[in-house]
Amino acid sequence: MALPKYTEPHYRIWHYVYIFICTCVFFFLIAPLFVIFPLSFNAEEFLSFSEGMKNLDPDAFSLRWYKDMIYGTKNPWGLAAKNSFIIAIFATLGSVLLGTVAALGLSSRHMPYKGLIMATLISPMIVPLIISGVAIFFFMAKAGLAATHTGIVLAHIILGTPFVVITVTATLSGFDHSVTRAASSLGSDPVNTFMKITLPLILPGVISGGLFAFVTSFDEVVVVLFLAGLENTTIPIQMWTGLREQLSPTILAVATCLIILSTLILVTAELLRRRSERLRGINR
Amino acid sequence: MSSETGKILTTDGIPLEVSLKKAERKNKIKAFLLVAPLLLFLLITYIFPIGDMLMRSVDDKMVTEMLPKTFKSMENWDGNEMPPEEVFEAFYLDFQKLVEEKRDGKLSTQLNYTKNGFKSILKKLRRKAKNFEEGNYKEQIMAVHKRWADVEYWRAIKRRAPAFTSAKYLKGMDMYKNEEGEIVSVEEDRRIHRVLWLRTLEIAFFVTLLCFLMAYPIAHLLATLPMKYSNLLMICVLLPFWTSLLVRTASWMILLQQQGVVNDFFVMIGLVADDNRPEMMYNKTGTYVAMTQILLPFMVLPLYSVMKTISPSLMRAGKSLGGTPFVTFWKVYFPLTIPGIGAGCLLVFILAIGYYITPALVGGASGTLISNQIAFHMKSTLDWSFASAMGLMLLAGVLAIYWVYNKLVGIDNIKLG
Repeated sequence: MALPKYTEPHYRIWHYVYIFICTCVFFFLIAPLFVIFPLSFNAEEFLSFSEGMKNLDPDAFSLRWYKDMIYGTKNPWGLAAKNSFIIAIFATLGSVLLGTVAALGLSSRHMPYKGLIMATLISPMIVPLIISGVAIFFFMAKAGLAATHTGIVLAHIILGTPFVVITVTATLSGFDHSVTRAASSLGSDPVNTFMKITLPLILPGVISGGLFAFVTSFDEVVVVLFLAGLENTTIPIQMWTGLREQLSPTILAVATCLIILSTLILVTAELLRRRSERLRGINR
Repeated sequence: MSSETGKILTTDGIPLEVSLKKAERKNKIKAFLLVAPLLLFLLITYIFPIGDMLMRSVDDKMVTEMLPKTFKSMENWDGNEMPPEEVFEAFYLDFQKLVEEKRDGKLSTQLNYTKNGFKSILKKLRRKAKNFEEGNYKEQIMAVHKRWADVEYWRAIKRRAPAFTSAKYLKGMDMYKNEEGEIVSVEEDRRIHRVLWLRTLEIAFFVTLLCFLMAYPIAHLLATLPMKYSNLLMICVLLPFWTSLLVRTASWMILLQQQGVVNDFFVMIGLVADDNRPEMMYNKTGTYVAMTQILLPFMVLPLYSVMKTISPSLMRAGKSLGGTPFVTFWKVYFPLTIPGIGAGCLLVFILAIGYYITPALVGGASGTLISNQIAFHMKSTLDWSFASAMGLMLLAGVLAIYWVYNKLVGIDNIKLG
């Protein structure tokens, strides 16, 4: 963003003001996340920087809260993490399966009532979570699935499928349908064509939709708050209770782990997006 | 196609038109069958339960079912004078049945909602009714208490005859039906829900505005910088986007608390005195700051994707035609970004209007939104029909906004990441 030499002074000033504003906004976006890192190594029981930390005294830092997170006797983090992963994995599988198949149908030009059906399928994404929570709770209570893992997995499939439908439909919009016709004309049955031709080509979209579904489930708290019993506690529920009741630095240790996890997911999603863009670029 | 001459036949002798239609229908069914599992799943677990919410929110069958004979006999009563003997008889029979089933307590609670004073006279009736003689119930009931001889109370019973009610919706707007059946507002100092609706709209509006003001410059920077820098800066937008909502809220709670980093910083630069640290959390400020940061990526991403498609040569052309940078920006660049602005603003507004977690944690009492009220009635007061009614009112608002979004941007143009 180097300015040309002939730029007049007041535009030059304006340019630097603009850069300054942008810097501030980026700082506002990203800085809050980085407060958590140092504080999670706090040796004391406060959620603010101690004098020792400000002077970079090594004694002021410790792994105390990480130990507490893993070994703490009263801490439900172990159970919560296990539940969160189990629920998220099954919810992702369900969302990907249902969502991909539906996206295949939606992308067909023969699909009747496309607009209406698309609106229905992605409605869980548009309806405020609190309303989805109430509605899903009524259903699960009637079906006897409240406070069960199955109920929560089903709820998260509802919330996760719109992302899969959207990403896979987007991938399919650049899809060259003549390759599947070629496969059929060479004698391949539809299932075989899908597994060998279509799926590998739309895989980036499927995986990134799956990532969205995974994150949605892993981070979801509103609906789970209605559905979960003590046995089904998840990481977000524990964080929610922790933040409301006793703000202990253990939460910060957990939060640090979650930030690392989200960084990994972000990197994967970005790599996939670029790969998919490259692939589609070659197709054109 | 002219019908007689131009019939083209396929090899098996069927007209081509018919054959094509058949194939077309087959393809339609195939496509529909692929969508069917998800559609069915969502209909059963999600769309119908929303309909169930609607039923719950207007349901008022309880009294209707408790006094079936009474309401049947009241059909011919105009409500001007005291009801005839048959109504009294029917009411006596219904009431005796409820007493036998030990459900008369529920009836008295329900009727007391409609008109004060039912509780005591029903209790008295229950005691006296044991010694009632057969026939002439009108006089016997009216002798129990003078209120039973008051036509107002019988009108109150009649008002509970319909199986559906709009009372919960009226309550959501701080209104109720008075005894004359007119819709009136509750007293000024008890209008809690209107305050909440207005606050929800206000916070959603200002959060959207703040997000727009902050997102526009950085989206522009991201779209104009060379790839290698913009990719790096994009991480600043995407990392918060992918990070858990609770983690981001937690970091704001740490920053904004009284002994927190922001207050420490203010004290350090001498903006506030150490013993007079401002309360930045558990009020509206906390809600504004945290929600703006959390929703900012949802504004940046649509803006960025629109700005990316604007060719830089347009700006150069504007300048070469004599426009100053500001004029060129305002007349050329800004109008081209309007689709992105529309998409981003409506997305953020829709998300903000239904926000629950962040206001509940950093909002305190003055920063909570309508969603928090819905959750409160679901979990604490257990008034599920009221929670449903408020939820549906919110949903109606969101759908209206969403309809506008669809008109402006189109549902197919939603892009993620």
